[in-house]
Amino acid sequence: MLNEKCRILEHVEIGAGYRYIVFDAPKMAAALTPGQFVHVKVPALEPSALRRPFSVFDAEDGRVTVLYKAVGRGTFALNGAKVGDEVSVLGPLGHGFPVKCAGVPLLVGGGYGVAPLHFLAKRLPGEKRLFIGGRTAADLLALDKFAAIDGVKVYTATNDGSAGVKGLVTDPLDDVLIELRGEARKFELFACGPDPMLKAVAMRATGTGSPGWISMDRHMICGVGACYACIQKTVRGNSRCCIEGPVFAAKDLVW
Amino acid sequence: MATPVATASGTFGYGTEYIGAVDYSKLGAVTAKGIRVDPWPGNAMPRHAEVPGGLVNAIGLQGTGVEHFLKFTVPWYAQNVKVPMIVNIWGGSVDEYAAVARRLTEAAHPSIGALEMNVSCPNVKAGGHTFGQDPKVLSEVVSAVRKATTLPLLVKLAPNVPSIAPYVKACEDAGADALSLINTIPAMVIDIERRRPVLANVTGGLSGRGIHPAAVKLVYDAHKATKLPILAMGGVYEAKDAIEFMLAGATAVAVGTATFSDPDVVAKVCDGIVAYCGRHGFASVSALTGALEV
Repeated sequence: MLNEKCRILEHVEIGAGYRYIVFDAPKMAAALTPGQFVHVKVPALEPSALRRPFSVFDAEDGRVTVLYKAVGRGTFALNGAKVGDEVSVLGPLGHGFPVKCAGVPLLVGGGYGVAPLHFLAKRLPGEKRLFIGGRTAADLLALDKFAAIDGVKVYTATNDGSAGVKGLVTDPLDDVLIELRGEARKFELFACGPDPMLKAVAMRATGTGSPGWISMDRHMICGVGACYACIQKTVRGNSRCCIEGPVFAAKDLVW
Repeated sequence: MATPVATASGTFGYGTEYIGAVDYSKLGAVTAKGIRVDPWPGNAMPRHAEVPGGLVNAIGLQGTGVEHFLKFTVPWYAQNVKVPMIVNIWGGSVDEYAAVARRLTEAAHPSIGALEMNVSCPNVKAGGHTFGQDPKVLSEVVSAVRKATTLPLLVKLAPNVPSIAPYVKACEDAGADALSLINTIPAMVIDIERRRPVLANVTGGLSGRGIHPAAVKLVYDAHKATKLPILAMGGVYEAKDAIEFMLAGATAVAVGTATFSDPDVVAKVCDGIVAYCGRHGFASVSALTGALEV
């Protein structure tokens, strides 16, 4: 684990309140794996404020990129951070996704939950299918970045039908599951997003006897496994999301 | 203790979680998270709420039990950390307190330097604070643990009592070697939109910056009532906070909630105390204890 002061290299809004923030963090970038997170001290908050955890969207060339949306006090305060500001970043933290896959990788994301899937898609070799869901077209994030990754086929769904299939992200996913099972092809599921979506994906993994890797999002305090605040129920009992997760095997999760 | 700065129970896991982010050479002791005889699941989620000036938590003493602790946690700690460990212990009955103390003492592990009795956790109904709210009951449980261990014994007291002196006296008479002050202050946060408590446990314990002046007062009161050394905790974020504690009568301090925002705060506190001693002509850090002029 590194505890570093990192300079902000870029901080851009990409619409609908979503932002990319890029840190100059060579050691962190080299050490991070997909699905891990960083714990950020938001400069505009009081010095005693708790850190905020963020999934990593990308880690390459000494740069660590986070994709986030302002949803609470910490993220609204982060909106004001300027290029050139120094930020205390703790990481890499947690257990991420496996970066190998027996069969076709099916990546399922909702809203800013696509962030760790982007990092994963870059590291997983070969063909992969990506399913992105959101309330509206504006919540389908990073489509341009995913299009730049080799071997990615993208399926989209929105609640209002403003882009892709009208409905849930599991609608196009189910079509593909039927297709793959018809062809007797193996697959693994990788998911990050809102809890109901994660549960739906986990059920499909366990229901089809396929591996599923589910990234849980919980409010955290320490981020390193010390405080026991970010509990996720698993077959092992009360597991700490920050260190035993955030990525859990679907078969281990208790909903 | 090689330095007068420890970590506070519940904020530093079992001592190895922060490796890489903390300068362990600045730590005098690591206080492990509360351990009892059997595994304990802790409370339901949500377990915390950030508030102005601090943090309200109701983790509920989740832990793996003493056997797992001795078999896996302590050896792993000993391999990685060279700082003595203070093991925080609790139980649901006097016998349970004594049993966990006896087991840890019998293990005679060189990393275990002392025991700290938690008689003041506000988040667990059976055990925890019920033992710290009546000097007679407190005396009984401390005596039982005293008989069960030869390790240095600290008792961590509750802040929410009308006067700390009778509790201090009870611990002293029952054979405690030192006191830890303070535990979290019972607290509650309400989500007014949902008209529900934020914490699943309904209530919790307040820690962090905001409780520091209350803790200083309790340390001051306790120091007047006893010659026992005091390990002071409650809102230590910088050297100034630690020095206040020592001037009020503490022998050492523990950093707790501050670690969450700045894992390396221990080093800053430690260096700041030394610098202060130089600036004010104190020959040693220990000369700060009780050096308050009223």
